Amino acid sequence: MHSFGYRANAILTFSVTALAFICAIASLSDNFSNQNPSAEIQILNINRFKKQSYENDEVSLTLDITADLESLFTWNTKQVFAFVAAEYETPKNSLNQVSLWDAIIPDKEHAKFRIQTSNKYRFIDQGHNLRGKEFNLTLHWHVMPKTGKMFADKIVMPGYSLPDAYK
Amino acid sequence: MGYIGETIDSIKSIQIRQLLTQAISLGMIVTSALIIWKALMCVTGSESPVVVVLSGSMEPGFKRGDILFLHMSKDPIRAGEIVVFNVDGRDIPIVHRVIKVHERENTGEVDVLTKGDNNYGDDRLLYAEGQQWLHRHHIMGRAVGFLPYVGWVTIIMTEKPIIKYILIGALGLLVITSKD
Repeated sequence: MHSFGYRANAILTFSVTALAFICAIASLSDNFSNQNPSAEIQILNINRFKKQSYENDEVSLTLDITADLESLFTWNTKQVFAFVAAEYETPKNSLNQVSLWDAIIPDKEHAKFRIQTSNKYRFIDQGHNLRGKEFNLTLHWHVMPKTGKMFADKIVMPGYSLPDAYK
Repeated sequence: MGYIGETIDSIKSIQIRQLLTQAISLGMIVTSALIIWKALMCVTGSESPVVVVLSGSMEPGFKRGDILFLHMSKDPIRAGEIVVFNVDGRDIPIVHRVIKVHERENTGEVDVLTKGDNNYGDDRLLYAEGQQWLHRHHIMGRAVGFLPYVGWVTIIMTEKPIIKYILIGALGLLVITSKD
């Protein structure tokens, strides 16, 4: 009953259970934080706009992104992954989401930022539907915890459009 | 001599009835593990509800040895989600983030492009030759939960099988010699 093996087993079981319990509580505590992130994006310039040789439209643009994601950080947050995607509809596709820029925000001090950047990933349509196209720019974020449940949300900013002619 | 002697004595003293009880309790442990795994498969809808991260391509979010809980629902796949997918001709599934989605109007089929957060370029180089997009059937699940370090147990056991055998042997011996 009181052998070394039994005691080792009891200690191990108890510590694993306690650790699992603490992890679960830490993850649950994320639900009680107040989140009010804000964002604003402007298109500063259309750098290039053309049809590729195999008939897909491609745009290169410069974005001005201002965001405040400080309120997403809690004590259980390892990092926040933020990205801006262009979202639009075409006759062929009911939804197109094209990621234009992303960043890993390691801590709260870097969560309030303003950046001017050209698109990091190529903005290529499936087809040639981009002339005069209206689209949304959406700031998505994905909160990665130290332990437990991951969660994500977004701010949709409608009302952007591309020029009517290639450039 | 004491401990080893006792152990040998206890193995010698095993009766048929005791042997049966131990075989059954061992069977119970194995089957309950199987039940938990299969129940998780049903609840999450994913054929492997828990995966271990093997590469550093999602650092600093996920490191080697972390484990991810997967969920597979009918919900459409959207940009930003972290998915686990299989590529034809590769045995090991990959955990990366979706950066582009094109969803068809009529059929609801999707073209998906992924990228590791820590990688410079997108995943087209990892896909099968000539493959531009991932489709629904490539995707095994999306990551919903995260637990650090726990996966090291399985990584160590697959890379150093000797440790696995020692562990199984020790556990077996413990079951045989235990006297409740």
